[in-house]
Amino acid sequence: MRWLRTCLQAAAVLAAALSIGGCFSNRQNEGAKLYQTHCASCHGEQGEGLRRLIPPVAASDYVTRNRASLPCLVRKGQRGPVVVNGVEYNQVMPGHTDLTDSQIANLLNFVQQNWGNKNEPYTIREVSELLGRCNGSDGQ
Amino acid sequence: MMRFLLRQALRSSALAWSAGLLLASCSLDSNPDKAATLPYIGEREVKPRADGGPADTVFAVVPTFHLTNQQGQPVTKATFAGKVYVTDFFFATCPSICPKMQSELLRVYEQYKGNPRVAFLSHTIDPDHDSIPVLRDYAERLGVKDASQWHFATAPRDTIFGLAHAYFTAAQPDKEAPGGVAHNGTFALVDSKGHVRGLYDGMVKAEVDRLIRELPVLLKEEEQTAATAAN
Repeated sequence: MRWLRTCLQAAAVLAAALSIGGCFSNRQNEGAKLYQTHCASCHGEQGEGLRRLIPPVAASDYVTRNRASLPCLVRKGQRGPVVVNGVEYNQVMPGHTDLTDSQIANLLNFVQQNWGNKNEPYTIREVSELLGRCNGSDGQ
Repeated sequence: MMRFLLRQALRSSALAWSAGLLLASCSLDSNPDKAATLPYIGEREVKPRADGGPADTVFAVVPTFHLTNQQGQPVTKATFAGKVYVTDFFFATCPSICPKMQSELLRVYEQYKGNPRVAFLSHTIDPDHDSIPVLRDYAERLGVKDASQWHFATAPRDTIFGLAHAYFTAAQPDKEAPGGVAHNGTFALVDSKGHVRGLYDGMVKAEVDRLIRELPVLLKEEEQTAATAAN
């Protein structure tokens, strides 16, 4: 019976989404699209990284362990050595001032819940708060 | 001679075609004549002969160069004597296209690893940062252990930008671009005489697949030229 309830809930959500002018309709794959646009050429189309040069984001212990600092990492970039899945990497990652807080939330939720990562998603409000730590929130 | 080649080409394509009809469901990957020779890319000069014979066509060649690779060894045109090679332009801290481009070039390298007739030459366009130890570290992280087959090379900026031009790769300083240099991900395939014989967009898998298909065509031509020269 649970599947029936899930279906009904999904239908209700869909109806609600349609009734408010489809304002979420383009958001559905936003995280995946943002990943392809902003991350894939370095971290790989499947998040696999590149040898010992670029760390993977797929099945990545770093992504799990650093949940709270990832929004600032995306916003400000990162340099210096990092260890991911036991391998040391040392590359410069550029920051992204071209993404809004909500885009960072969608992007990180995509990464946190795909390719073997099964981590708690963020709310946009939470991402904005976390970005506040590095003065990186644009409030959008 | 030309007529013979033409006739043979026609015959083999007719054969492939009829075979294709017979084995309609078999993918023959026929059309062996499709890329029988690769084009010469760049300016060509037609030099009339003094004796009135047929004019000679002189194709553009890459200028002589002197680079240093990740082991501190010199890399010059002599390094590639009797080889074909593939070039690109990158820098170690390049945040935009380089990782994708180098991972595509790795695909080509993996197929020709250990083949003494094929070499790779990646030029850094950020020689100020990319010292020899930086280049060595980069190569090792990429999994390239054999510096005699895949050179990660440096030279003064002007030399590099001049060579980029010779290999039909756009590269110039640009304050707006990530990393301060604007460049594209062109791979150039160069024959043993220093002629550029193919250009491929290293950011596009299908283009790199074309390079992987065309490399053997050039190797075959090199073999035939060597055999003719030996006779």
